[in-house]
Amino acid sequence: MNGETVLYDHPGPRAKVRNAILTVVFGALILALLYWIYRQFDEKGQFTKVLWEPFLQGDVWKNFILPGIEGTLKAAATAMVLALAFGLIFSIGRLSEHRWISVPAGVVVEFFRAVPLLLMIFFISFGVPFLIDSPVPPFWSVVIGLTLYNGSVLAEAFRAGIRAVPTGQSEAAYAVGMRKSAVMRHILVPQAARAMLPVIVSQLVVLLKDTALGYIVSYSELLQLGVNVVAANFFNVIQAAIVAAVLYIVVNFALTGLANYLDRRTRRSGIKPVPVDQGAAMGGGGNV
Amino acid sequence: MPVFSDPTNFDAYVSGFLWILKLTGASALLALVLGVLLAGMRVSPVPVLRWFGAAWVNIFRNTPLTLIIFFCYFGLYATLSITLSDDLILNNFWLGVVGLSVYTAAFVCEALRSGINTVPAGQAEAARAIGLTFSQTLRIVVLPQAGRAVIAPLGSVLIALCKNTTIVGTIGLLEASNVMKQLINDNGDQVILIFLVFAGTFAAVLIPVGYFFGWLANRLAVKR
Amino acid sequence: MRMTRVAATAAAAVLALTMAACGDDGGSGTGTGSGTGTGSGDSNATGVIAKAASGTLKVGVKADQPGLGLQTGTSYEGFDIEMAKIIAKGLGMQESGIQYVTTVSANREPYIQQGTVDLVIATYTINEERKTKVNFAGPYFMAGQDLLVPTDSTITAPEQLAGKKVCSVTGSTPAKRIDEKYQGAQLQLFDAYSKCITALAGKQVDAVTTDDIILAGYASQPQFAGKFKVVGKPFSEEPYGIGLAKDDKASCDKINEILKAAATDGSYKAAWDKTLGKSGTPAPELDTSKFTNCA
Repeated sequence: MNGETVLYDHPGPRAKVRNAILTVVFGALILALLYWIYRQFDEKGQFTKVLWEPFLQGDVWKNFILPGIEGTLKAAATAMVLALAFGLIFSIGRLSEHRWISVPAGVVVEFFRAVPLLLMIFFISFGVPFLIDSPVPPFWSVVIGLTLYNGSVLAEAFRAGIRAVPTGQSEAAYAVGMRKSAVMRHILVPQAARAMLPVIVSQLVVLLKDTALGYIVSYSELLQLGVNVVAANFFNVIQAAIVAAVLYIVVNFALTGLANYLDRRTRRSGIKPVPVDQGAAMGGGGNV
Repeated sequence: MPVFSDPTNFDAYVSGFLWILKLTGASALLALVLGVLLAGMRVSPVPVLRWFGAAWVNIFRNTPLTLIIFFCYFGLYATLSITLSDDLILNNFWLGVVGLSVYTAAFVCEALRSGINTVPAGQAEAARAIGLTFSQTLRIVVLPQAGRAVIAPLGSVLIALCKNTTIVGTIGLLEASNVMKQLINDNGDQVILIFLVFAGTFAAVLIPVGYFFGWLANRLAVKR
Repeated sequence: MRMTRVAATAAAAVLALTMAACGDDGGSGTGTGSGTGTGSGDSNATGVIAKAASGTLKVGVKADQPGLGLQTGTSYEGFDIEMAKIIAKGLGMQESGIQYVTTVSANREPYIQQGTVDLVIATYTINEERKTKVNFAGPYFMAGQDLLVPTDSTITAPEQLAGKKVCSVTGSTPAKRIDEKYQGAQLQLFDAYSKCITALAGKQVDAVTTDDIILAGYASQPQFAGKFKVVGKPFSEEPYGIGLAKDDKASCDKINEILKAAATDGSYKAAWDKTLGKSGTPAPELDTSKFTNCA
C-alpha cells in the first residue's frame, strides 16, 4: 500500500489551513533549533578559522582523508566479495538435506550474527595470531570480521530468496531431469540473487559504516586517518568528525538511493525482492 | 576458568553486561517512541513533517554509530552544554542512550514504514470512507496490523541495538567490550577463553531472543 | 612441535647473521656498520641486526602523539621517530629503509611477538610484566605520570583530584593507576588523547593524565599556548624502552651501545631539540647506568 496517498484524503480548505499552520509552526521550531545550535557552536568558537582551515589544504586531503576513504572502500569492497561467497555457501549449506551439513552451517550463521563485530575483530587481531602462530595484518582482521558478520546476514537473505522462488519451478526442473545441483545453479540461485540485490546494496552501506571499527586495530580507514590522526595534527577533532560524517553520509546516501532504485526495478521485473532486514542494516555492532 | 575465578575480573564481567542490559533497555524504549513518531511523520499529509522524517532517517542511518556517539559527547554535552546527569558515568550513560536511540529510531521508522506497506490499501480506503481522520486511520486500522507485521524486523533491530551498545565504550563507559579489552590486556595468554566467554554470553542471550521474535511473529501474523 | 625444523633453521640463520654483524661492527658504537647494499643478508633472517643488514627495518610507532610519534601526511615525526633514526644509523642502514608501522598501546607486545614489527618505539614503558613477553633496550627516556590542567587550575597534585573529572585513555596504565590509587577522582575515558585534550579545552574535564612527556607534547602546541600547564610532579616512573623480540639479546645489547654513543656524541640532544625541545624544555641527561641488561 502506498502510505503517502491512501492514508488521508485530498486536503480540503480546512485541512489545508491546518497543514499550513503545522508547516509554519514546525518549520519555525526546526529553524529556531538549528539557529540555537549554530549560536552555541559559534559561542564555543567551533567555527574559528584555524579549526576549519586544514580542510582547505590539499595536503590534508591528499595525505589523510583520501587515503582514509581508500582504506574504507578497499576493506568494504574486499569484504563484500568474500561475504557474498560466504553467504552463498552457507545458505546452500543451511538448506541442505543432510543434517550434518545444515546444522553446523546454521550454528555458524547464528553465532556470527549474534556476536558484536568489535569483539570479533579484536579477537581476530589479538587472539587468532596465537592459534596460527603468525600475525594477522589489520586489513585482514577488519575484512575477515566484516566477512563473517555480513556473510552470515547475506546467508539468511539468500536462504529467504531461494525459498521465495515458487516451488513449482524446481519441481518442473526436477521433472525435466535436472539434478539438485543444476536446479540450484540454473533455477534457484539466479532468481534469489536478483531478489537479493537491494539487500546486497544495503549491506554494502553497513560494510562502509562498519569499517570504522578498523581504527581499533590501527587499520588506516576514514575514521582513523581522517579524524584521529588529523585531530592529533590540528586539534580539531569536532571539525574533523563533522567532515568525516558528511563524507560517510554522502557515499552511503548514494548507495541507499541505488538500493531503492534496484528495489523498484526488481519489483517491476516481477520478482519479489527479499526485504531489507532493518536490524542487519544497523551494522554488526561494537564501535561502528 | 582462571581469569574469571578472580572475583575482581568476574565482577567486571558482570557489571560490563549489566551496562549492556541497561543501555539496551533504555534505548529500546526511547527508540521505539521516536521511531513511531518518525514513521507517523513520514506518512503524514504535512510536507514539512515528511521532509523532517526523511532527513532524520537519511542522516542518522548513513553515519557510523561511533561518530553519532562521539557527537553526543562533543556536540550535545561539550558544545551545546546539555548535561544529563551530574555524575560523570551516568552522564555518559545517558548521552550513549540518546545516541543509540536517535540512530536506532531511524531503523525502527523504516521497519514500521515497510510494515505499513503490508496493510492492503483497501483497508485504509475503507477507514477513510467511514470518515476516520488520518490519525484515526493510522491508530485504529493501520498501525495495529503493521505492528504485527513488524515484530520480526523489530526483533532484529533490538538484537542489533544490543550489540551496538558496545559502542558507548568509546566515550568511556566500562561496558562489556571495554571490560573484554581490559581483561585481554591484562591476561594476554588467555585471549581465546576471554573471547569465547564474552562472545558466548552475547550469543547465548541473543540467539534465543531472535528465535523468540521469530516464533512471536509467526503466532501473531495477520492471516490474509 | 610441528615448527621444530623451521624454527631450528631460522635460529641457526639468526645466530650466523648476528655473529657476522657483530663481527663487522666490533662494538664500536656508531661505527660505519656492515654497510648497506653490500651483502644485504638473508631476507628470511630474523633479529634486528640481521634485518637492518638487509636494508629494511619495521618500527612500530604511535601515530597520534605530537612531539613523540605523529603521522604527518606520508611521514612520521617526533622524539620516538628520531630515536628510530639514530638506531637505524647505528645499525648501519639508511633512514629511508625504516618502515614505520602505526601501533596502538594494546598491540605492541603482539606485534613484536608475532613479527609484525622488528622494533617498537612508541612511548613504551618497561615493566616486569611486559619483560616476560618482549625484550627491552634503553630506557632512552625517564617519563612519569603527571597531570595536564588549565593554566588557572588549583590542582597541584593527584591527591587533589577527589571529586574532579580526570581524562585518560581506555585500558592505559595511567587510567588504571588513577582508578586504583585516587579513587575519589571521576575517570573519563576515551580511545585517544586528542579527545581528552579537546574535553580539557572545553572544560568538560578538570585534568588529563598520562606520562609527562606526552602531556608536554600537547602543551607545547601553538593552539594551546598559555592555556594548559603540566603540573610537574610526576607520581610514577615510566622508563621508556625500545621493545624487540624476547630472544634477540644480541640486537638489544647493540641498541644499548648505540644509545650510549648517542648520549655522548650529541645526537640524543639534537633529537630532543628537534622535537620535544621546541617547547623550551632543555634536553634531559640520558642516564646510561640505568640501561637494561637485555636478559
